[in-house]
Amino acid sequence: MPERVVVYLRGKQIEVPAGTSAAVVAITRDVHCRTSFDGQIRAPLCGMGICFECRMKINGKPHVKSCQVICTDGIEIESDD
Amino acid sequence: MTMSADVVIVGAGIVGTACAYELSCEKFRVIVVDAEGIGIGATAAGMGHLVAMDDSEAQFRLTRYSQTLWHQMAEQLPKSVEYESCGTIWVAANEDEMEEVHRKHLYYEQRGMHCEILDEKTLRQAEPALRGGLPGGLLVAADAVIYPPCAATFFCGRAEALGAQLLIGRRATSIGNEKVLLEDGTTLTSKIIVNAAGEAARNLMPQLPIRPRKGHLVITDRYPGKIRHQLVELGYLKSAHSTIADSVAFNVQPRVTGQILIGSSRQYDATDTAVEPQIVARMLHRAFEYSPVLETISAIRVWTGFRAATPDKLPLIGPWSEDPSMFIAAGHEGLGITTSLGTAKLVADSLLGRASRIPIEPYLPARQMREATHA
Amino acid sequence: MTNRRKFECDVAVIGAGPAGIAAATAAAEAGKSVVLLDDNSVPGGQVWRGGKPSDESPAAAQWLTRLQRTTARQIFGASVFQISKTRLEAETATGTIDALFETLILATGARERFLPFPGWTLPGVVGAGGLQALIKSGLPVSGKRIVIAGTGPLLVAVAAYAKQKGAIVVCIAEQTSWTKFAEFGVSALLSGQKSRQALNLLWQTHGIPHWKNSWPVAALGTTHIQAVRLSHNGKQSEIPCDYLACGFHLVPSTELAQLLGCNLKNGFVAVDEFQRTSLPGILCAGESTGIGGVEKSLLEGQIAGLVSSGQLDRARDLAPARATTQRHVNSITQAFALRKELKALPEENTLVCRCEDVAFGKLQQHSSWRTAKLQTRCGMGPCQGKVCGAAAEFLFGWKIVSIRLPAVPVSCASLATLSVGAKSETIRGGLQ
Repeated sequence: MPERVVVYLRGKQIEVPAGTSAAVVAITRDVHCRTSFDGQIRAPLCGMGICFECRMKINGKPHVKSCQVICTDGIEIESDD
Repeated sequence: MTMSADVVIVGAGIVGTACAYELSCEKFRVIVVDAEGIGIGATAAGMGHLVAMDDSEAQFRLTRYSQTLWHQMAEQLPKSVEYESCGTIWVAANEDEMEEVHRKHLYYEQRGMHCEILDEKTLRQAEPALRGGLPGGLLVAADAVIYPPCAATFFCGRAEALGAQLLIGRRATSIGNEKVLLEDGTTLTSKIIVNAAGEAARNLMPQLPIRPRKGHLVITDRYPGKIRHQLVELGYLKSAHSTIADSVAFNVQPRVTGQILIGSSRQYDATDTAVEPQIVARMLHRAFEYSPVLETISAIRVWTGFRAATPDKLPLIGPWSEDPSMFIAAGHEGLGITTSLGTAKLVADSLLGRASRIPIEPYLPARQMREATHA
Repeated sequence: MTNRRKFECDVAVIGAGPAGIAAATAAAEAGKSVVLLDDNSVPGGQVWRGGKPSDESPAAAQWLTRLQRTTARQIFGASVFQISKTRLEAETATGTIDALFETLILATGARERFLPFPGWTLPGVVGAGGLQALIKSGLPVSGKRIVIAGTGPLLVAVAAYAKQKGAIVVCIAEQTSWTKFAEFGVSALLSGQKSRQALNLLWQTHGIPHWKNSWPVAALGTTHIQAVRLSHNGKQSEIPCDYLACGFHLVPSTELAQLLGCNLKNGFVAVDEFQRTSLPGILCAGESTGIGGVEKSLLEGQIAGLVSSGQLDRARDLAPARATTQRHVNSITQAFALRKELKALPEENTLVCRCEDVAFGKLQQHSSWRTAKLQTRCGMGPCQGKVCGAAAEFLFGWKIVSIRLPAVPVSCASLATLSVGAKSETIRGGLQ
């Protein structure tokens, strides 16, 4: 298994260690996950798929819980706005 | 303990609270009583679609009148009511239904309600989420949507500010002869009692020809702009009219939050509140036939509710022949939200002995009730 | 897009944490056909997150290895959204799963309780277990200043783990009192295996200020947390930090049990000494019967697996050990009860429902969860009230009612595959 994985974060190509979740990529690169109904930026809270705060657009699909997605090569991650 | 008023309204749903507001404006001293809460029954379960329907002349008059009243009230409504003039598109799936579109268009235009015929191309432009190949539809821009529980609370607040009293969480055990008895022993006395208890109206008056019609709804996560109008299939009326079979019809609504409400289903004589998986599945499959993109979106909740249905599809509004102190304002089936305002006006007009904007006769409880059949 | 896989098995186990792993293993070793489902991508649940046998404690490694040796079918990335006494439906990334079973073992575990306070929605404020989960998913914390707050044994475990990964754990702010904590500590030290664990944790967190009577008053910052204002013995201080890991112990995940109609006791799934719920053919094991940690989960999981394969004698042998774990559950509950000062933490505009942005002030006027939901839409978002419900229960004393399908949000396509079964398979709302 490769040690690093290629990720497209908001279109920009970066590399992260294998086994990193999409949520962690967002946190470490200072990208917010989603914007709330009243316009607040939000980031992961529970880390285990319960709170839905970490929702992001993953490979074009909106509202995906990024804390439950382990990055695979070529994955596209964007904020869920 | 005894309390007295000019009018006691049983039921704090959209109809009861609209009546409370209207009557309070007309200086009646009002008491509203509800066993559970404000806007907690069908008011909370339904779609909040403000729609003019042409199923019959009487139905059109009441819905159109009410739709106009809502429009006039729109500016006063708080943000929580989420009044949104998104309009309705009646969607045709085949050429027969396109003929129906033309018929409807003529019917509405003749009665002063402007609407626009859409062909295959303009339908797709108006609503890209619909599948290609649908021949067209009818856009009624005057229709709107709201969030009913907050509308009921708004009406209550206004009524209270005008002196109305709210008795919430108190169950009425009997009504009639200028008295409403509550479970806790309280007696409410008034010259006029309004039974606006919706699907539960029959609990207090078993002779009312009201039967529950169960419905299911699904609400999704937020997809702003995916659906732009309330979309209803023309086959909806067939479903609304079926008196025996369980039926589903395509009916989806965009909420101001970007969430999408997906309906609709109708079942006679189902009294269990449980969600029925097979009905939900059928309802969703019907929706996918019109809008395949709905397959991929996330469904958050499913729930059920009961509409109060009468044999001839028209509500019961007006005095009860056997007891002139009893007024009925119930049996609105799927149009309670829309026609709550018209109902309130008719009740007020009747009590004040003044002419109403539309004739009240078709809705009088004493009318001969014939089962309406759909051609 | 959607494929639909059907399974039939003797025993379906939902949840692949320690309890589910033990249950599936015990049943499969006895020759039963077993399907084990979890919505994570690997087994381990929360406490054994990561799943690879080499990464974790010896117990995890042993059990995972043992599970791999059985014929139990493991299905990951599967979210169970609908359930009846004979069948479950789950959504996966590629479609749905329809599984028929004779016996069901619920091992759905628990989740953190979050309580609202000003600033708690800031990026960088995470759960205590949340922090651990994020670190295990690759979050680098070396050199980062972390404050850990809330309540429960988890705080110390997370502090030790974070420190091990190079974090600067500035302090642990535990809301319970010194006396209560000390009592808990003593009972842990006196109970065999727990004692070793407890001493280990004490050693690992040596040097980290461990405050009692302490709780967060506000998280400060604009786009990310920069400091937390803590109350400690009545005095407040501001502590700069990169992360605030805050959780107020655990609440059980009982949604599927409620959907089935199982009785609850004090919010947990009620079970007898054989892990049987109030419904025949349905067992429950692990944190959803009581918060007691890994040992309890393993024991209960084994018991459930043995019972599901007819081995009541062997299950009975585990009864004394089980009784010990029940005592631990009680001591945890007593030690970490939430104090009333926490009810005063949220201000008027502090959000309680994060999905729908509903503030504390808006909720105060309502008298029940039901009316609050309808009028403010609190709890009507995708988390289905899992976060705000626990908070509302504590803040207002409301009973959180009415669980319906889908038990988790799923695509409309998945929802539309719901089986056209007989009326008897109709799902009932939760019984109270």
